[in-house]
Amino acid sequence: MDILKFITAGSVDDGKSTLIGRLLYDTDSILEDQLEAIKKANRKNDDGTVDLAILTDGLKAEREQGITIDVAYKYFQTEKRKFIIADAPGHIEYTRNMVTGASNSDLIIILIDARKGVIEQTKRHSFLAQLLSLKKVLVCINKMDMVDYEQAVFENIKTEYEKLASKLNLKSVEYIPVSALKGDNIVHRSERMDWYTGEPLLSFLESINFEAKTPKPWRFPIQWVVRPQTADLHDYRGYAGRLVGDNMRIGEEVYILPGGARSRIASIELAGETLEYAENGQSVIIHLTDDVDVSRGDTIVPVEQPAISEKNLEANICWFDTKPLDKGQIYLLRNHSSQTKIKIEDIHYKIDVHNQEPIYDETVSLNDIGKISIKAAKEIVFDKHNLYPENSRAIIIDPRTNITVAAVMILDAV
Amino acid sequence: MWITYNNEIDKMDYLDHLEAEAIYILREVAGQFEKPALLFSGGKDSITLVHLAQKAFKPGKFPFPLVHIDTGHNFKETIDFRDWLVAQIGEKLIVGSVQDSIDQGRVREQKGKNASRNALQTVTLLDTIEKYKFDACIGGARRDEEKARAKERVFSVRDEFGQWDPKRQRAELWDILNGNINQGENVRVFPISNWTELDVWNYIKRENIALPSLYFSHEREVVSRNGQWMAADQCLQIDNEDIITCKMVRFRTVGDMTCTAAVCSEAVHIDDIIKEIKASTISERGARIDDKVSEAAMEERKKEGYF
Repeated sequence: MDILKFITAGSVDDGKSTLIGRLLYDTDSILEDQLEAIKKANRKNDDGTVDLAILTDGLKAEREQGITIDVAYKYFQTEKRKFIIADAPGHIEYTRNMVTGASNSDLIIILIDARKGVIEQTKRHSFLAQLLSLKKVLVCINKMDMVDYEQAVFENIKTEYEKLASKLNLKSVEYIPVSALKGDNIVHRSERMDWYTGEPLLSFLESINFEAKTPKPWRFPIQWVVRPQTADLHDYRGYAGRLVGDNMRIGEEVYILPGGARSRIASIELAGETLEYAENGQSVIIHLTDDVDVSRGDTIVPVEQPAISEKNLEANICWFDTKPLDKGQIYLLRNHSSQTKIKIEDIHYKIDVHNQEPIYDETVSLNDIGKISIKAAKEIVFDKHNLYPENSRAIIIDPRTNITVAAVMILDAV
Repeated sequence: MWITYNNEIDKMDYLDHLEAEAIYILREVAGQFEKPALLFSGGKDSITLVHLAQKAFKPGKFPFPLVHIDTGHNFKETIDFRDWLVAQIGEKLIVGSVQDSIDQGRVREQKGKNASRNALQTVTLLDTIEKYKFDACIGGARRDEEKARAKERVFSVRDEFGQWDPKRQRAELWDILNGNINQGENVRVFPISNWTELDVWNYIKRENIALPSLYFSHEREVVSRNGQWMAADQCLQIDNEDIITCKMVRFRTVGDMTCTAAVCSEAVHIDDIIKEIKASTISERGARIDDKVSEAAMEERKKEGYF
């Protein structure tokens, strides 16, 4: 059994909360006292059914206003998988929360109202999915019950979305006709849409596999140096971190970046046990054959396929702060466990999230997405976003407030 | 005094993933903060955290002490277990005492039959943080426990007054954790945010982690309060109206005696517990009196500086 993280995008009107509620309800993931609490809160849909949205709206202000402000994480499990749902708000003013939720997901479910088809919001969500390089887009055409479960409606929307997907260069998109309200094709196959031969949503989520055909070279960012300095472990020096990418093996020749010192992996251990190799996502401790200078913030990479280590970068960013980007200001860039001072050298353009057209304008404010050039005080270790998104990610921190002000996807060195 | 089990179960990938994520978070705490602490309640979640910290830093020592906020109304089993565990792992323990806060007049004890020190411990916690200048406090809260917690970040920044502002949380992107703080602020860190109750139990079983005997079915004198079975202890202000009965019970969640109810259970083995949880129609915090005060009970307490 493994874990699948996904995000649902769409507004309350598209039935997003109903969809999540339906997934939880039909997999018996809602318990009696929680249902009791929902009933006690006495929030009803227009048609008198219990409003399942209250399950995800955790804050008082959200319940009062009937909107989702912040990302909420929901958990459920079937025999096959553990699922983590990032439930993010759909309103434009909360783009940053949607980006936050998407950054912690492998897959995005984009909800489309069968009566409305592809709307601006659909385009915006799809664009963000592409910007963040989510591994899979699942388009759920919802409210099929409102259009008499007509195949033609589904096919038309599918064709419409395919145009958008090709414009955005979104690959591996799947389409499912559903009714979250009535439960069609969510957990159970719908008998009212026998023209649809694919899987219902849950079976799809249970079986989808992201194993890369060609694994990306491993990267090992150092978080902490373990030095017990006790009598019996006087010379012990272990480098602790979590592996990204393909397996890392004993004996491999490595670079320590930045700097480029060379060494070899002497041993790998996990909680005192020796391993032959470490896997993607595993938190381990490694030892090197040479006494080289390695500290927190450094990244160890294989000599055969090293990462880029540069000071001048180009990146896509999504701005999160109410205070706009200030070109004269020094910011901090954090990627993995490394943090360094940066200057914003250039704002190339912003992108209109509605039509994905560039806007040539130098003000980057809340929810804006744009391409910038960065100059860093020390070398940043990364890979190009289009080739290796997992090792191209960073955040910008405003040192005056310490707030995270931007999500960064590093495109290339300049 | 406590029970350990030693059975083999198949290695499950998702537990490895959750473990690796928690270890990653603990190491970020070590790397980013000057004076972190691990808040230890004696419950299964914080016991799991201690186990994860051992895995994160072995063969080194923890780069932080354990901190226990003792309400003075803890189960004897919890305190005994705490002292045993600390001796076992050889790490440092700091105890913040709610009784001391009462004696010093920092807080006033509630009166009456349903009095609880649960709310008072926030003051003791904040005083302890200030006294030792802790800049990060690691806790065992999980997002599946409660809906306000479902919204909380892994690195959750608290202001100088220990307050959580749910509407102004920092964005938390990918696995990049921003622990930069201003003078006086501190961060609450939740390494097992993504674990569910069942995940914790499956992990405890797999890793063979020792727990206080309270979690397993045992015979105990209880009284009924507001429809829940409470341990019949003097701190519950038992009077002539209370009828003390003897029942087979266990505790699904362990906090202060005044706010944790027992559940009737025959589960003496960890497998029975896992089975019981899978079949349960009531959530874990259904046995927490402190959550039932109002719809937003947890959110309100967290805003004040609660765990």
